[in-house]
Order: sequence, then structure tokens, then C-alpha cells
Amino acid sequence: MTTDIKHLESIASQVRRDIVRMVHGCQSGHPGGSLGCADFFVALYFHVLKHNKNFNMDGIGEDLFFLSNGHISPVWYSTLARAGYFPVSELATFRKIDSRLQGHPTTHEHLPGIRIASGSLGQGLSVAIGAALTKKLNNDPQLVFSLHGDGELQEGQIWEAAMFAPHNKVDNLISTIDVNGQQIDGPTEKVLSLGSLRAKFEAFGWDVLEMNGNDMTDIIRVLELAKSKTGKGKPILILMQTNMGHGVDFMMGSHKWHGVAPNDEQLELALGQLECTLGDY
Amino acid sequence: MKKYTYTEKKDTRSGFGAGLLEAGKKNSNVVALCADLVGSLKMNDFIKEFPERFIQTGIAEANMMGIAAGMTIGGKIPYTGTFANFSTGRVYDQIRQSIAYSGKNVKICASHAGLTLGEDGATHQILEDIGLMKMLPGMTVINTCDYNQTKAATIAIADYEGPVYLRFGRPVIPVFTDPDQKFEIGKAWMVNEGTDVSIFATGHLVWKAIEAGEKLAEMGINAEIINIHTIKPLDEEAVLKSAAKTGCVVTAEEHNRLGGLGDSIAQVLATHLPTPQEYVAVNDSFGESGTPDQLMKKYGLEADNIVEAVQKVMKRKA
Repeated sequence: MTTDIKHLESIASQVRRDIVRMVHGCQSGHPGGSLGCADFFVALYFHVLKHNKNFNMDGIGEDLFFLSNGHISPVWYSTLARAGYFPVSELATFRKIDSRLQGHPTTHEHLPGIRIASGSLGQGLSVAIGAALTKKLNNDPQLVFSLHGDGELQEGQIWEAAMFAPHNKVDNLISTIDVNGQQIDGPTEKVLSLGSLRAKFEAFGWDVLEMNGNDMTDIIRVLELAKSKTGKGKPILILMQTNMGHGVDFMMGSHKWHGVAPNDEQLELALGQLECTLGDY
Repeated sequence: MKKYTYTEKKDTRSGFGAGLLEAGKKNSNVVALCADLVGSLKMNDFIKEFPERFIQTGIAEANMMGIAAGMTIGGKIPYTGTFANFSTGRVYDQIRQSIAYSGKNVKICASHAGLTLGEDGATHQILEDIGLMKMLPGMTVINTCDYNQTKAATIAIADYEGPVYLRFGRPVIPVFTDPDQKFEIGKAWMVNEGTDVSIFATGHLVWKAIEAGEKLAEMGINAEIINIHTIKPLDEEAVLKSAAKTGCVVTAEEHNRLGGLGDSIAQVLATHLPTPQEYVAVNDSFGESGTPDQLMKKYGLEADNIVEAVQKVMKRKA
């Protein structure tokens, strides 16, 4: 297990290098949330999910993952490429003309691994619930996972979906909130306070767990715990504490790197802090 | 003028209900969702037959559209049901991103479209929905004209892969199309062949166009009447062929004159065959409370309005 954690951490380091290089390469995109969620994505795709890199839209017999806060596309693209969904060289096309790696994830360009467009916030929980309902109708025992930003919870549709899932016993769904406390205009507490997310989701009828999203051991432990809680009549919600910008000291803990690309000097500084473990694209 | 008769009047939404049940029997992947309007959408028969394939979302249309999009992943064919207003304007971005841009096989079924919703008034009478939906790339837009056509269309769209907006209504109107018709998406229906003017009508205005055709025949005017049930993709060939023959065009729809069927036809004509055209449509306004008949009269959507438009456009012929 210890070696496995080390292995996952080494992949996460490469994913973080990919993120800062991709965002630097097109001088746009969202490094902060991407870096913060790198450990979670690597844990999902290299340990937790039952999935097939030979992509099939319907994903029958596979676990499905939906990214609702689509702006952290760099971390998803890097993880998918490193997991073998498409060539890592394609990461260099991120946000550039004629690319399958659009600014926000889309099915429109047929990038393997993507099952719905996201980016306009608040829609992914409903989509994940729909996919989970279809799995039940198909007698497919695999699970549906989703990730959401904390700022995104300010969208009303999230709460429509939050009410629906427990009422309908959607218990094959594990939704994670990236609680980094930051959004574009500043700390979430200042922009529009979310209050106690545990109390809110428990009141709606979710089984709520908490995990440290920048500690690989804790991520694996809590995701396995979440899986063991499925099939018991309640949807599972994980409140995942992360540092925005995790892994690059000058990007950490501030909303300033939500949607800003590093310049050449900052890129070198960042890469100096992230070990190259799998080779750069 | 070909003679059209009817023995009964029914609402098009009941055609949807009957079609949904049929579609459900034919294809086990058909599922239905509703946002607290089961009775209004006539979905009870489907729910009774297939309780496990029905999703009640409560009054949460945005969530309903997202769930429908998600349900397609794994092969389901979701039909969403609510009023036209709440099927389009209220959830435009959900349809745009999660359904249209994502290319999902969702059938958005919209009842109570247009003025004929009646007494509830303008908050519920959407007259912009055809425009909203036809502007979405990849969206098919259908507005059916009677019970039988609505039933046939509801069944047919299950066999078409891609997002569809199916628009129908609340009032009871004559049932005059073939009960055994095969509905072909994108194929205009020749209601009456004529030589003097082309009347392109959709939805509730098709019967009005037939009534107008009879009045025009008495006046010695031989009107060609074509039912455009599919506004997108538009049967451009049928439009151009008819306009080339008659040399003038009237369009008729229960929709704002901006962005509806009339504009779709005008665009085809302006591009390929500039032809005089008159619109029978709501003149860029909201509706109001009243009976369906009172509203159709006040907002100029009666057979007499079509007759007047024909007389006007024929004077403009080259």
C-alpha cells in the first residue's frame, strides 16, 4: 500500500507539471483549482475507478466520472492522457485552435473520456444523477462519481439536484465538493458564504464524509469508505478540503491564481517545485 | 380545394400522451420525466404502464433537463414533459450546454405552447420558444397540428438519434390528419395543391389555413397549403418548389413573428428565390388572459387574417 501511495503521488507530480505547462502554453486557463485537485484525479483514475481507456460513451459496466466545475479542465486532460485515453502530446494543444482540448470539457470534439460538456456551472450534479438512474435501470452495479467546486454551490440547480438524489435513493452516486474556499472574486466566505455544507447536505439526506484532498493516503481511505457506503439508500457526499494551487508555493491559498497563467519566469519557478516523474509531454 | 372533415375535436397534448405510451411499448429504452405537470401533459397512461421508467422531478425544470441529459449515457431515450415556457426559456442554458452542445438524445416535449393556453395569461404563454430552440445547433424543432400528427411525431422521434423540441398545445381542435400516418421528420406535408399563393402553416394554424383555403376558393383563389410540422430542419425543397409555382407566400404560426416559422421561410426565399411574403403571427408582443378563441381573434391568428394576408401578398406579385 505504501508503495502504491508513493506511485500515485509521483503521477500527481507529473500531472501538476502538465497543468502549469499547459496553462503557460496558451497563456490562459485555470491553474489554481486544477493543482488543488490533482491528487483526487490521480487517485480516481489510477486506483478507484473501474474504467476503460478505450472510451465508450455509454460506459456500461464501468464507473463514470463527471466534472461539473469544467474550468479545471487542465487537471482532467492531463490525468486522462496519462491514463492512456489519448496521446500526452495532445496536451500541447490545450485551448488552441482546432484542438479537442477545449477551454472547458466538451463531447463536441469527441475527446475520449468526456461524456458531457461542462463549464456553465451547477449542471453536473443533475447529469451525474441522470447517469446513476440509468445505471440502476440497466442493472449496472458500477458507480457514478462527480466533482463540483464549492463556489459552484451558489447555483440554484445544485440544490434542486441535492433535494432530488436522497428523495429518490440515488445510492450509486459519490459526489465530491472541492472545498478550497476560493472563487474568482475572492474568498467564498466573503463573496457568498456557504455556511455549514455538512449540515446542509445532511439535512437534505446525504451521507456526508470529509477528506483531505491533498493527502493521497486520506483520499484513498475516504474514497474506499465512500464506495462501501453505496447501495444503502443514500447518495454519498465528500467534502474535500484542498489548497488552491497546491504544489506550487506562490500559487497556494489565494484566489489570485484561479484563472491566471504563469509567465516564463513563474513557470520555471513552479516546475522547480514539481518533480518530473513520467517525462514532460 | 381538397375537402377536410373531422368527426371529433381533441387536444394535441393528448396525442402526445397516447404517443408516449406507444413509444414506451415499442422501445424499452424510452423513459419519461415530468416537473409536476403529469395531468397537464397527459402522461398518466405511460406512468401506469411503466412506473419504473418514469421520473418525477418536482418543480425543478433545470434539474430535469440535466437528469435527462445524464440518462442518455447508458442508452436511455428521455422524454421531458412540462409547459413550453418552462421547457425552453426557463432552462435555456441547461438545454444549450448539457443537451444541445453535448449532442444528447433528449426529447423535450412542450405542451401549452402559444396563446391558446388561455386564461393563465402571458406568464405562461410563450411565443418565443420556436426561435429559442431553432437557434441551437443540432436541435430539431417540431410543431404538430392535431392529435393524430402529435401522436405520430411522438412515436417517430424515438427512432431519431439527437435532441428534439416537440411543441404542442392545450385546446381541443379538429382531428383531421390520417390516424395511421407515418411521421417523417423534416418532410413537409402537402395539405392542398394550388396555384395562386403558398400558405405555409404550422401547429394550430394548419386548421385555420384549411378554413382560409375554403374561403379563398369561394373567392376564386386557388391556395396551395403546406404543413411545415418540422421547422428545423426545414424542407427547403418543398418551400422553394411551391413558391416558384405560386409566386407569393403567406406564413402562419402561433408564435412571435420574430424568430419563428415565417423567418425561417423568409431566409430560404431571400437566399434562393426572393418572393413576396406576408406573416400571420403575433406582432412582437406578449399575450394576456382570455379564452383561446378570444386570444386568437385579438392577436390576429384567425382564418380571416390568413385570407387578408393572401389578398395583400397577391397584390405584391411580380
